[in-house]
Parts: sequence; C-alpha cells; structure tokens
Amino acid sequence: MFDTLSDRLTATFRTLRGKGRLSDADIDETLREIRIALLEADVSLSVVREFVAAVREQARTEEVSKALNPAQQIVKIVNDELVSILGGETRLLRFAKKPPTVIMLAGLQGSGKTTLAGKLAVWLKSQGHTPMLVAADLQRPNAVTQLQVVAQQAGVAAYAPQPGNGVGDPVEVARQAKEVAAHHLHDVVIVDTAGRLGVDTELMQQAADIKAAVDPDEVLFVVDAMIGQDAVNTAKAFADGVGFDGVVLTKLDGDARGGAALSIARVIGKPIMFASNGEKLADFDVFHPDRMAGRILDMGDVLTLIEQAERHLDREESQKAASKLLGLGGGEFGLQDFLGQMQAVRRMGPLSKVFGMLPGMGQMREQIDAIDEREIDRIEAIIFSMTPAERANVSILNGSRRARIAKGAGVQVSDVNNLVNRFVEARKMMQSMGGMMGAGPGGPKKGRTTPAAKKKGRGVSGNPAKRNQAAQPVQPAVTVPDPTAFGAGGMPTSEAELAEAMKGFQLPPEMQQFLNPKNKGPR
Amino acid sequence: MNPVYWLAIAAAVIVVVVAAVLVVRSRGKALPPVEERQVLPPAAPARPTEPGELESQAPAEVAEPSTTTLDIPEAPASRLVRLRRRLAGSQNALARGLADLLSQDRIDAATWDDFETTLITSDLGVGPATELTTRLRQRLAVDGVVDPATAHAVLRQELIALVGPDLDRTVHTAGGQGPDGEDLPGVVLVVGVNGTGKTTTVGKLARVLVAEGRTVMLGAADTFRAAATEQLTTWGERVGVETVRGAEGADPASVAYTAVAAGRDSGVDVVLVDTAGRLHTKTGLMDELGKVKRVIEKVAPVTEVLLVLDATTGQNGLTQARTFAEVVDVTGIVLTKLDGSAKGGIVVQVQRELGVPVKLIGLGEGVDDLAPFDPAQFVDGVLGD
Repeated sequence: MFDTLSDRLTATFRTLRGKGRLSDADIDETLREIRIALLEADVSLSVVREFVAAVREQARTEEVSKALNPAQQIVKIVNDELVSILGGETRLLRFAKKPPTVIMLAGLQGSGKTTLAGKLAVWLKSQGHTPMLVAADLQRPNAVTQLQVVAQQAGVAAYAPQPGNGVGDPVEVARQAKEVAAHHLHDVVIVDTAGRLGVDTELMQQAADIKAAVDPDEVLFVVDAMIGQDAVNTAKAFADGVGFDGVVLTKLDGDARGGAALSIARVIGKPIMFASNGEKLADFDVFHPDRMAGRILDMGDVLTLIEQAERHLDREESQKAASKLLGLGGGEFGLQDFLGQMQAVRRMGPLSKVFGMLPGMGQMREQIDAIDEREIDRIEAIIFSMTPAERANVSILNGSRRARIAKGAGVQVSDVNNLVNRFVEARKMMQSMGGMMGAGPGGPKKGRTTPAAKKKGRGVSGNPAKRNQAAQPVQPAVTVPDPTAFGAGGMPTSEAELAEAMKGFQLPPEMQQFLNPKNKGPR
Repeated sequence: MNPVYWLAIAAAVIVVVVAAVLVVRSRGKALPPVEERQVLPPAAPARPTEPGELESQAPAEVAEPSTTTLDIPEAPASRLVRLRRRLAGSQNALARGLADLLSQDRIDAATWDDFETTLITSDLGVGPATELTTRLRQRLAVDGVVDPATAHAVLRQELIALVGPDLDRTVHTAGGQGPDGEDLPGVVLVVGVNGTGKTTTVGKLARVLVAEGRTVMLGAADTFRAAATEQLTTWGERVGVETVRGAEGADPASVAYTAVAAGRDSGVDVVLVDTAGRLHTKTGLMDELGKVKRVIEKVAPVTEVLLVLDATTGQNGLTQARTFAEVVDVTGIVLTKLDGSAKGGIVVQVQRELGVPVKLIGLGEGVDDLAPFDPAQFVDGVLGD
C-alpha cells in the first residue's frame, strides 16, 4: 500500500510522534525505508548504499530532528540529493567546429537506438541542422530497412549502402558515411549501430572500431528506463568498451521509475542528455533532472501535469469554472461546467494517468488503476441526456425527468440519482472550502487547519486506510498549492516558489476518502 | 456505491486546482521576466486503430516463401546441450557467487548480508531476496551444519523451489477441432513491451517448431514499427515458413485474423502471431491487443499467449506482466537476453504473483538460441554443476 517514499516515511514517523527529536535508531529506520524505495525503483545497490550514507549525514543535523515534520524534511533532503546527482552536469550536444558533427548511438538490443536516431534527427532538423542517418546496424534482420523508413518519416537523408541482415562491414559503412555527408553538405551524421551486450567482447570491439573510424563528437549510450540492477554493469561495459559522452533514457512514457538513470549518472559520471517518452518521432526532449528525481521517488509529477494542462485546457474557461465551484461568484457550478472540465481533463490522457501524476496518490494507486474509462463515458452520457436547463440547475430534476434521462443514457434511474447526489455533495464541499479561502487575509491560515480539524471530529475510523489518513500530520495546502493564491496575500512570484508550494500538495482528506471504494459514503 | 462517480467529481476538482495554478502562474509570469520554458512534445496519443469490419480491411498479402536455399534448424537435442553449456559458461554468475559465499568456513551476519545483496542485484526484488535469505539461514541453523557441500545442496533446493519446479512449462501448440470438425491450428500470440525481442522470439520459435517437424505460419501483426514485418519475413524465409503480412499501419487484428484463417485453410499445425511492442501504460494500445486476441478467437482459440520479458528489466517487469495478464491472459513467459550480464530475477516475482511460468529462455543472437526452461537444469546451469 505504501508505494511512495513520502507515504513510507510518514508511516515510519507516525510511531515517533511525541518524542521531540529523532534518535539514531529512528534515522536508521528511515534510511531503511529510503533504501527499499530506491531499490524498488531499480537504483543499483552500490549506488543506494552510497546515497543512503550521504543522506544519513544530512539527516543527523539539528534542523531535521527538530523540524515539525521530519518526514517531509527527509524527503526533501533525498530529493535534493537526487536532483544534484542527476543534474550535476547537464549540457547540450557539442557540435564539431568543422562539420559534419558525428553522433554515434550505442546500447543494448531493444533499447530503442534506431527509433532514437529518427527522433534525434527530427529534433536536430527543427533546430536548423541537416542530419543524415547512417545504417551501421547490419546485424538484426531488416534493421537497415527500419532506419530507412524512420529517416523517411523524419524527412531526413539516410545512408544505407549495405543491405544488412549480417552482410557488410559496419565500420566501413560508418567511415564512408562521413565522407558522403561532407560531400552532400549534411552537417550532422547520426550513426545507428547494432544492439550489443556488454559481455560480448567481439561486438564491443566492433563498436570501438566504428568509433575509431568516424571519431564521433558525441557517443550517446541509449538505455531503456525499465532496466534493472544490471544498468551499472552494462553502462560500465559500454564506458570501458566504447566510451560514451552522454546518456539517453528511452521509454520514459511507461511507468518504470527509472532508477537506472541515477545509477548511471552516479557511477559513470556522464550526464543524461535526452529523454525519449513516446513512440512518435516528436516525443523527445532534453532531460529534466528534477522530474526524474520525483519519478524515482514516485512523488508525482505536478510540473508535467501543469504543462499538459496548459496545452489542453482553456485557461479562461477553467478560471471561470474554478471561481464558480469555489463560490467566488460567476454563478453556480452546474453539470455543464462539470462536463466541460471533465472532458478537458480527459483530453490530457486517461484519467488514471492524470491522477497518477498528482503527488500523494500512491496510497490510492489501486483504486486509480481500477478506474474504468467506460464508467466515465456513462457519466458523460447521463449529462448529455439532460437539457441545458437541467444541467444548469440539478434541483429541477424530478422523478419523471430522471426517468427520461436514465432512458436516454441507457442506465438505471439509480445511476442518475447517484451522479446527481455525489455532484451536489462535492460541490457543497468545494464551496465551503472556497468560502474559507476567499475569506481575506485571515483566511489562509484557517483554510489550512480546518479540514483536518473537521476530520478529527469524526473520531477514529474503522477503516485502516482512513485512519492512516486521519493520523497524517496536517499537510499544508488544501486543494490549492498556496491558499494565498485566492486570498489577498502575496502571490508566489516565481515558478520555483510555485513548484515549492506544489511539493506540499496533497489531495484534501475528503477527496482521498472519496477515492476509497471501501468507504461507504452517505447515500 | 460506485467510486467512479467520486473519481469523476475528483477529476473536475483537479481541473479546478490546475486552473487555479494556471491563474497563479500567469500572474506570476507577469511580474518578473521568467526564463523560457522547454515545452515537452505532446504525449503520444494512442495509435489510431481502424474501426470497421474485418471484411472491409484491405486483404493482407501473403508473402511468397523464398525459393532460395533454406537453413536447416538445429535438432532439438543438440541445441539443448549447447545451450545448457552456454548458460553455465555465461556471465550469469549469480548462483555461483552465492555458492561461493556459502562455501566459506564461517558464515556470519556479514556473509548473509552479502548474500542478500547478491540476490537483490539480480533484480529479484527486496521482498523475495529477504525471504530467501531468511529461509536459507533458518534451514542451515536448524541443520546445524555449515559445511560447503550441505550449504550448496540446500541452496540448490531453495533456488529450485524459488523458480517453481511444478508448473506446466510446455508451450501449447496443439490446435483443437473446430465446430465443423475441421482441424484448427495451434495459435501462439507473442506480446510484450517495446524492444524485448518479440519478433526475434517468434522467428526462433518458428525454427524450433520446424525442427520438430511441425508446419508453421507466421502472422506479422506488428504493423506499427518500421520494417517489423520485413524482419519477421526474413526470419520466415530462412526456414521456408510463410509469413502473412498486412500493409504498414493496417489494423493488427485484421492481419492476425487473416494469418490464422490462412493457417487453418492451408492446414498448418501452428500459427505464430507477432504483435507490436506496446508499453503497458497505453490504454489504447492495450485495448488494441485485446482486440487482436478476440478477433483471432473467431477463427481458432489462442492456445498460448507468450509474454516476452527482457532479462535486463527491473521491478517494472512485474507491472508489465500484471497489465498484460489482465488484457490477454498471459499463459507463459519468454525471458530473453539471458546471455548478457543481467539475471532476470524479476521473473521469480512474476511467476509467484501471477502464477505464469517461464516457458522459454533466449540465450543469444544466434538463430537457434532459444531453449525451453527447466528449473532444475536452469539452477544447475547457473550453479555451474
């Protein structure tokens, strides 16, 4: 159940409440949790050990043990440490003074080199370069054809003089490619090599020969984000056998936590330069160390969420809906607004993915995974079956209207009732929060504490999950990153501050309860 | 009560939160000059699957088997011997390292710590590693013997127990009979995430079956990745096996259907269907995979669904296996790339949690480097016996 490091640490610290300060034993316990969290994220063991030792040093300081919320403090230390390792040395591609610049790709089989060659070509092309792809993978059946197709999709040239399938000398191909590129005025040459295992000395020698033949300006080691403990061995083998200058992490669009990134950055000391996160040629980006750190710790990815939201949501529309929902004027929040917002969220991807990006959702992972998009379709169908007047004001829904809606949407009347009741309750709750937040200068403080106070009033729940939530230390920020955002207080002036504020973000406890299927809500 | 309603409402709340953030952000931006932000490329939407009936699809063409000289696949027996030797000689020193540890004169806490460490570095996962260590420790303590030979034997037993010796590991390729009494081919569907070696596995498996004297047909339902169908066709041509292929971007379900139907009509024993690699997080692609299986079953039941896992995969392998099992009911695992330095320990967790046995292992780039998985032999292989 405790998937995220935050959750684990919170659970650990719960037992320590009231002690006032952390003993060494407490710290050891904490570090054990960190160790497991990192190992489960596929960070290699030797790196975990070093890392934990470094964190131990920092965790012993006064500030942490005296802090009100040591769990958050330690998470912050861990996070900062991760970011500093991952982003220790970021840099962009070095281009040759005299073109062509040669970029060579190397990696295990199936790490995504050929696809990456295409992505890199598209990226370089968009920056005004004229890349040429070179098919030096003559091993795998039809790898050459694949590269040609990729080049065609990317709209760049491909140099593939050999048919592949085990025929031809990749070293010779690479050597010729450089001359061909110079002749045809291509300023970047991307050499796609065959996948090879770190233990295969023969093929490693071949890679080294290719490198010697073309004298690349950058050798990029392409590694799959899903790789496990073997990442370090493999990276070492490539570093020794071929030598590389940078790392590209692929398949980041999966849900692997990508601890390998940390291992490689730490052990080999080469920067991670790019991240590839999708199957299309445009799904390629420079590497963001802070996001990777959050991912390894499974802390959610608010920044990506915000970026997605910016692309998919209509700002004014959302703003209007927000003020309506929070009761700050602009009319009542109706089902039409709800539908609009829900559709906007769905444009950002499957709901489970959107939820997953929120921090603090680890506890609810199973419920999130169980989200059935078709149920959401059904909800949409119910709303679609309502007249505009009904959507604006659900209180006019009488029995006959409900029966009509149920028929129109192909559901039972009870489903309609359910939706309407939940909607009204949720709206009421949001409005009461909105009221607190909009209450002026004194508001923010009140806004922080009230939800938790309300919780305590309910007594200890029989549901352990709920009990855990109730016992959680009061988290700052209810639904907004910083309550001052709505009040008269100061605005966060920079993105950094905002990101800081978002780190403490948690779903309000009420919301967390809603997501718990075991919780029998009021009917 | 249905939690989905709450989720939907929560979704709206999240939008509102995000909207609030956006507002704050836009105001914040107006104050100081904010540095340029890198914009992520849009998240990949699901590949479009063509709607509509199968009949309306462009008919998949059947590649003519090449008339050039065919390879003769290695006979099963000699292959096994060779592969066992390879396994023992590979870098797969996991168990040997363990055995070395246990061969020490005195086994103290530090030794056990190293022992657990070695297990963890094989991607076994923290839980199973700790469990195995504790169990071994207890058994050795109870027996009161610490001589290397006993320790070695106990280790062998525990390792075999860990990989589950009593699971059914045969690859089911025997087809049944259709409702009209006609013979149906066995259908093997090969699935997995990108780059684990699905196409290669299909190619190798075809060779194994041909070597066993079965007739085989390949279905290239990977219509997405550039040149995947050509890759499979090349594999097929080498052993004279026909490959049914569709146009690039065609509906994989239609290609799979055509392949299995063609297999039935021409009376082959087994149809192997290769699918495109897909990350288990992409709902649309997983739905597409579900469709492939459903559509195949209109012709003949799928006798085996093989999930291909890469030995280098870490803890994410479990999530992968779980998701694939939900969608297509995986019946066996193929562990590829075992000839490298990775140990593929994740399959232990997969096997334990999902009850899906490892059936085949891939041990190299050679065309005949695919072996059936036998727990005892496997453990002996890695122990170097």
